[in-house]
Amino acid sequence: MVDNRNNDTPPGPNRRQFLNRLWAFFGVVALVEFGWLGLSFLNSRKERNKPVKTESIVTAGAVEQFTPATVTAVPLGQFYLACLADGSFLALSRTCTHLGCSVPWDEEKNQFVCPCHGSTFNLTGEVLSAPAPRPLDYYPVRIENGIVKVDISTPQKRGRFESTQATRI
Amino acid sequence: MPKSRRSITDLILHLHPPTVPEETLRFNLSWGLGGMAVMLVGLLFFTGILMLLVYQPSTDQAYTSILILTREVPFGLWVRNIHHWSANLLVVISVLHLLRVALTGAFGPGRRLNWVIGLFLLFLLLSSNFTGYLLPWDQLAYWAVTICTSMLGYIPFCGQWLQELFRGGAEIGPATLANFFVLHVAFIPGTLFILLLWHFWLVRRAGGLVQIKKNDAPEAPSPRVSTVPNLVMREAAVGLALVAFVLTLAIFWNTPLLEQANPGMSPNPAKAPWYFMGFQELLLHLHPVFAVFVWPLLGAAAFLCVPFWRDTALPTGVWFGSGQGRTLAAWTTAIGVVATLTLILIDNLLLGSATAVTNTFVTRGLLPTGVLMVLSAGLYSWLVKKLNYSRAETVMAGIILVLVTLTVCTIIGVWFRGPEMHLVWP
Repeated sequence: MVDNRNNDTPPGPNRRQFLNRLWAFFGVVALVEFGWLGLSFLNSRKERNKPVKTESIVTAGAVEQFTPATVTAVPLGQFYLACLADGSFLALSRTCTHLGCSVPWDEEKNQFVCPCHGSTFNLTGEVLSAPAPRPLDYYPVRIENGIVKVDISTPQKRGRFESTQATRI
Repeated sequence: MPKSRRSITDLILHLHPPTVPEETLRFNLSWGLGGMAVMLVGLLFFTGILMLLVYQPSTDQAYTSILILTREVPFGLWVRNIHHWSANLLVVISVLHLLRVALTGAFGPGRRLNWVIGLFLLFLLLSSNFTGYLLPWDQLAYWAVTICTSMLGYIPFCGQWLQELFRGGAEIGPATLANFFVLHVAFIPGTLFILLLWHFWLVRRAGGLVQIKKNDAPEAPSPRVSTVPNLVMREAAVGLALVAFVLTLAIFWNTPLLEQANPGMSPNPAKAPWYFMGFQELLLHLHPVFAVFVWPLLGAAAFLCVPFWRDTALPTGVWFGSGQGRTLAAWTTAIGVVATLTLILIDNLLLGSATAVTNTFVTRGLLPTGVLMVLSAGLYSWLVKKLNYSRAETVMAGIILVLVTLTVCTIIGVWFRGPEMHLVWP
């Protein structure tokens, strides 16, 4: 006679173990699904804050308008146009490299002074006093037919000022 | 007892045990600080829900909706003021609560998890305060969110990702406000509520508040009295007095509201909310990676680990553990104030000189961190080995020193920093 007792006994440890693992697996899958769902939801909004830039080239003005060793704010492009002592042009981002405050130009002290944590920068955007860790970002400048044009699509990071960052006539 | 009254009593007895040890009722054990915090949270939920009916969480309407709230809605100004003052008072009360717990030895075995939960509650509460600060979308809000999300950018490895996550993109805009709105009205209050219930339950499970350990008769339990009315009446008295205080405060002092957010111009000086002013003072002196990431991480780790180090809790129920502990605490406070002031003044001179720029990661990061570590280790062994203080007393001195330093930095930031964050006389 064939022994078929095995079919009547309750499920053995192997089967129980297998089912428990299966449930655990489904639990993990559910967690991953919810995580993925949340992350894609959050990631989808990355583009939402981008301001609508119709033009990334901003016209700052004619070369003759600027005197050497002065700084002119260009509110339209949210940058400063520094005319250096030798007459070359450097477009500086107005965002402090420390924590993103807007840095005003102090005419009397001849430097940029951050109102949030007191960092100061000179005419070429280099750090005069901490806590700012690097010079102000700059934008590429082009001079076409005596008109200063600035490409504000991406601010350029830099470790220090070099004369190649400024544009001569 | 009538049935209706009975059911209310039963509800209270889910949070409190039916009887409490009589000695834990004395006011100068707890100063009612935990109860006060609960009361303030209640006020915050109530006024918050009211304001939710008027507030519009979008960048072009948020500011106007606050103006409508304060000018046109009946009692709108008062409701906003109550919310503001409760929130600010809650920060003070919670820090005092933490100090009380530390100084009466209430984080020892059996209460460790609750200390950790308490720290998380403090973190949630500061986040809640800060996210609320951003919602009016005025100049204060805009520049606070700019600075705060830029700070995230300095965290190693995932900083950029975190920054974009909280900003909802590379730049600050509508998605940023949506983020902070959801955090403020849904995520944080929900988490806070769950953790609060857990916090209360763990107090009950630990046998209520800390009691003085009696050496002569350890077996004799201290006499117990019934919770209703003994404890509940006391709680109600403290809570209602506090509500009266906040409501009065909110009549006479208005919550600040600056002009609408202007991305082109930071206010000068641009200050953080007062409870982060100590943090801002660190930012003035340290390299950003250390001010934003390393030091807060070290501080948080130290506070979280304290109860898991053996014998760090003071004798329970006695302030400062003993008379000797009280003297040590007084000395620590005095030395902490003087040392912090001296350091800030000296570094202010150094910052003014031109030499400050060279390799700040080392001079304003690694170097001060190393000095701090060596100094703490040295002070610890000096106090324990030479002056024979116990480990618990030394740890207490450390906690006091951290809080004193933060307080001094906060006071300097609030009253002694003027335009361009220079030191000024108020």
